[in-house]
Amino acid sequence: MVFATVIIVGSFFLIVGTIVSKGFPALSWEMLSEIPSGDFYMGGEGGILNSILGSLYIAAGSSLLALIISVPIVIYINMYLKKSSWMGNLTRLGYDVLFGMPSIVYGAFGFTLMIYLGMRASLLGGIVTVTLLIIPIMVRTMDEVIRTVPKELFDASYSLGATRLETSRVVLKQVAPGILTAVLLAFGRGIGDVASVMFTAGFSNDIPKSLEDPASTLPLAVFNQLSSPVEEVQSRAYAAALVLTIVVLLISISARVLSKRLSKNKI
Amino acid sequence: MNIRLIKDKLAGSTMLILTLASVFLAILVGWGLYYKSLPLLEENSVWDLLSSSVWKPSKGEFGFFAFIMGTLWVTGIAIVIALPLCLLCAIFISEYAHPRLRKIVVPVVDLLSGIPPVVFGVWGVLFVVPLIEDYIAPVFVDYPMGYSVLAGGIVLGVMIFPLIISLLLEVFSAVPKEMRDASLSMGATQWQTVKFVLLRKSKPGIIVSVVLAVSRAFGETIAVLMVCGSVIMVPGSVFDPGYPLPALIANNYGEMLSAPEYESALLFAAFLLFVIIFLFNAISRIVLGRIKRKIE
Repeated sequence: MVFATVIIVGSFFLIVGTIVSKGFPALSWEMLSEIPSGDFYMGGEGGILNSILGSLYIAAGSSLLALIISVPIVIYINMYLKKSSWMGNLTRLGYDVLFGMPSIVYGAFGFTLMIYLGMRASLLGGIVTVTLLIIPIMVRTMDEVIRTVPKELFDASYSLGATRLETSRVVLKQVAPGILTAVLLAFGRGIGDVASVMFTAGFSNDIPKSLEDPASTLPLAVFNQLSSPVEEVQSRAYAAALVLTIVVLLISISARVLSKRLSKNKI
Repeated sequence: MNIRLIKDKLAGSTMLILTLASVFLAILVGWGLYYKSLPLLEENSVWDLLSSSVWKPSKGEFGFFAFIMGTLWVTGIAIVIALPLCLLCAIFISEYAHPRLRKIVVPVVDLLSGIPPVVFGVWGVLFVVPLIEDYIAPVFVDYPMGYSVLAGGIVLGVMIFPLIISLLLEVFSAVPKEMRDASLSMGATQWQTVKFVLLRKSKPGIIVSVVLAVSRAFGETIAVLMVCGSVIMVPGSVFDPGYPLPALIANNYGEMLSAPEYESALLFAAFLLFVIIFLFNAISRIVLGRIKRKIE
């Protein structure tokens, strides 16, 4: 059993170690601060700034959009519906199922929808698809947090004559750290996913200037560069993977630390 | 009526609409994919599509058998690798480990779950593929190839570690402490308690966890695509390359716009994934919910 645990914990360090040892030598300031030049994929000058920013735009935009959509849903199934309501349970089941859907299904669906609407691959398309992908994560995480709120808090608010809407403000204040964790988790998932943005966000060597421009993402940059026959470009893929790993690890670690720290003052 | 009550009602109905719309989305995704795969389904029977292994898009022949077998091989290998390890690890964490050790192991497993698929893929290319090509495969076959279903299975196995472990820990925590105490007070050793009380009691939960892990493995795209070799064939051994369903979609989706039949075939693949994963998830989540409710 100790052996199994060591393998599992070890696999994490093995992955990070492999990426660091291969990616670190290829990492340079130029890579982080410049957009790719014309022959970048044949070993030319430039960096991956376009992909880094593209990923951040998509992840930030979709996290914001998903937050705006998920909070009312979570409030509704927890505050407005009774605990044993069939609708609440059906919604939860629906989100559990959506949570398990692979991102390629979202990607294919999103792309089909975009063709139907006459849209081209763009930053907006990527944001919408990733939003679909991360709403289930947010709803599930926030739902779990709200369920831990003591019943007495609801009762106290109701007994003062507050409506359900007003009570939900009290509850939201109480679960603010949990919501932050949910957003960060969703952000991390959004920044790392590739199958969903592959077709919907397109690919571009420039930094997107408007929502209609196509945008490159970091995981896609890794994927594309790795399939290049030029060795130098491949090593750039490792460096890009290292950047992605560092960003994602920072986000997930800070999500955990923040939620612990902020929940200290909770009732 | 009081303005506050009106506000409350208004907000309520807005949120109701949003909730309904979001649930409707699941149906919409399924219906959209089905609708798009109709042209293909009208010309071929579902059975022919699933059992034929002839894949010639230019001639309009679409057989998914090779891709389905590729997916099954990779998923099977991943589960065979991950399940025993995760079971032992989860038992260790929940029954044996000191709380201080648990506080180190659980966060690391969580961090593993946050690593993006493409990074797993890069790790697979850098570490797993050479490992198989240079050390494992030469022992068994004459012409070793690193890019194989085994590589895909190993990468996928590591990817589903966190999912299985967190599900198993949830299942184990549902077994009442009194049961373990009763067993221990009868003189059973810790291991006997695990074997005859914990595992027996949580058998349905373990099965459900495996089903959920299988459905996760089914849909994983990029990491598997990067290490499996993408050769259209029915794998004969673990060292043969394969071509799983999600990889098929990811590799060809951009270029199929010119041929409506081709698009229909790829979206049928997506629809197939959707249906399988929908059923697996729905059934196992319902069972898992039952188990949880029993304790509460």
